[in-house]
Amino acid sequence: MQDSLLKVQGLQVEFNSRRGKAMVLNGVDLEIHQGQTLCLVGESGCGKSMTALALLQLIPSPPGKISGGQVFFHGEDLLRATQERMQEVRGNRISMIFQEPMTSLNPVFSVGDQVAESLRLHAGLDPAAARLQAIEMLKQVGIPAPERRVDEYPHQLSGGMRQRVMIAIALACRPDILIADEPTTALDVTVQAQIFDLLRDLQRERGTAILLITHDMGAVAEMADRVMVMYAGRVIEQGNTAQVLRQAGHPYTRGLINCLPELGSSIHNERTDLAEIAGMVPSIWELSKGCAFRERCTQAMDICAHDVPPMFNMADSSPSAPHMTACWLQADQAPARGHAA
Amino acid sequence: MNHLPTDNLLEVTALNVHFPRPKSSWFAPSEVVRAVDGVSFKIKRGTTMALVGESGSGKTTTAMAVMRLTPITSGQIQLGQTELSTLEGEDLREARRRFQIIFQDPFSSLNPRERAGAAVRAPLDLMNVGTPEERDAQVAELFKAVGLRPEQQQLFPHQFSGGQRQRINIARALATHPELVVCDEPVSALDIAIRAQILNLLVRLQRELGLTYLFISHDMAVVEHICDEIAVMYLGQIIERAPRQAFFANPLHPYSVALMSAVPTLSGGRSRASARIKLSGDPPSPINPPPGCRFSSRCPVAQPACSIQAPPLREIAPNHWVQCRRVDIIDGRIHAPLQLPPL
Repeated sequence: MQDSLLKVQGLQVEFNSRRGKAMVLNGVDLEIHQGQTLCLVGESGCGKSMTALALLQLIPSPPGKISGGQVFFHGEDLLRATQERMQEVRGNRISMIFQEPMTSLNPVFSVGDQVAESLRLHAGLDPAAARLQAIEMLKQVGIPAPERRVDEYPHQLSGGMRQRVMIAIALACRPDILIADEPTTALDVTVQAQIFDLLRDLQRERGTAILLITHDMGAVAEMADRVMVMYAGRVIEQGNTAQVLRQAGHPYTRGLINCLPELGSSIHNERTDLAEIAGMVPSIWELSKGCAFRERCTQAMDICAHDVPPMFNMADSSPSAPHMTACWLQADQAPARGHAA
Repeated sequence: MNHLPTDNLLEVTALNVHFPRPKSSWFAPSEVVRAVDGVSFKIKRGTTMALVGESGSGKTTTAMAVMRLTPITSGQIQLGQTELSTLEGEDLREARRRFQIIFQDPFSSLNPRERAGAAVRAPLDLMNVGTPEERDAQVAELFKAVGLRPEQQQLFPHQFSGGQRQRINIARALATHPELVVCDEPVSALDIAIRAQILNLLVRLQRELGLTYLFISHDMAVVEHICDEIAVMYLGQIIERAPRQAFFANPLHPYSVALMSAVPTLSGGRSRASARIKLSGDPPSPINPPPGCRFSSRCPVAQPACSIQAPPLREIAPNHWVQCRRVDIIDGRIHAPLQLPPL
């Protein structure tokens, strides 16, 4: 297996407030290789976006704080890097696109200016060259008539076009890693399909690694090479896409998959109730010891209330395709190396 | 639908909702946004009709017109024996107890300064349902029906999660015992795990109370799960309408097929993504929509004739209506111009 582009170990983020200290991320490990797409899935509040923000050190501080762990990017620990070094990395080597394209673009600058900004900042291009390069980028992300669009403002573009502009900004400096935080949630499904196609094409051409944050299991099936499922600030399952979707080891992962209404469900059978995951995500202020999912889990055991489960290897795990889950139900499997509690 | 027993609760006929635009100058021609342009459908009592389409297709405007929350340009809306489109003032207010709405956003649709119990009680007070003493019991009953605890009446909206707030919205909509409930994207703003809980609740309430739903959504999988009939809208018009199984087994209009193929599925994964029908561009503007079929500018199988004259919405099979000249019957079998890639 090739060396990883980004390797995160034991990442911890805590938030301090009058109510005390909350562990928003509690020891997150992840690894991304060149040209690979890693999907982070889970409900809101499970720590997906926090993980992405922590990688780029964009956590609002105070109240937030990265309190532990390492983030190795090309072997360099970014958590020890200076602010100046981080500014070189952000938007240049690792860039990010956000959920809502309207609020993440500046309404008073033309889209061309906004694409050119990162080129001038990071690649040192002069304004004229940056503008030409910006037009080229807009063309690559499939915006028709880029020579004209480059001078338009965000409000003149549709939602899908805005998200394309965001992608053009993010990819302008040919980053190694693109973090996409629910990039299509605000878009129509046909536009979502266009954006996913675009991301896949650009990834194939440039070898960019993608960290895709989503709650849509269908999007996972379509985009991901590897999947990580998060719950209450921890990774509770990870593996290759087929392993996780077909042989999920954690009851939460199975719940997420089973509660989806599926297209084609009406053709062969009559309507049945959807499977539910009872209850809701616990508040990060109310996490007690043991497994955070146990109160919603139909298979909870005594041990779940006392000890946080470590990562166990699943039966279909292999060195090239590790499949691990943090659930005591898998306790007869060997603990995964380096993941013991 | 014509030859079935007609116990239709809602009959919408030739509904138009046009919004005039302010003139850009004195001499400019006046412009009109045709948000809903000649929409007709019927919903049988106790069933669910889904209206699907992308943003700007007019599905929410149709729902607002049915709720009489937006001015109607022309057309009829018949609820049971009552013609809603011409009701005004106190008559309209009295009739409102029979049709209620659940909004998409559970955060902005509740007053943050009003306790949950008071929000559910408000329609009872406004409509003078029962005596004031009976209303307390009714609110408690409604809370129980939607899966909330009666003591939670004392809490404010911010003390509830998104799913619970949507339950409060449902309880409020059901307070006056409506016959028709318009659900405007009721689960779009919710987490996936919570979505299933709310969908199951809506199905159970329909079964127990005999409710009729007009269900607005852009999520084809959710719609397939919940609806009995489906109507697909594009640029203010219904372009296909059919019973659930007929539609999902064999969608006919090229836009319906493209819409279905754009939905990522668990089993399809990447192979489905590569076989997807790609639509280019955005829908045209609803101001001065193009003559002919409104989808023709993006349709992969359009012919020159498509952009000249608009095809009528015709019944190609029993209850299966489609507005496309390329859908044909060959040797007694319906032939769709575009085939859906495997799921």
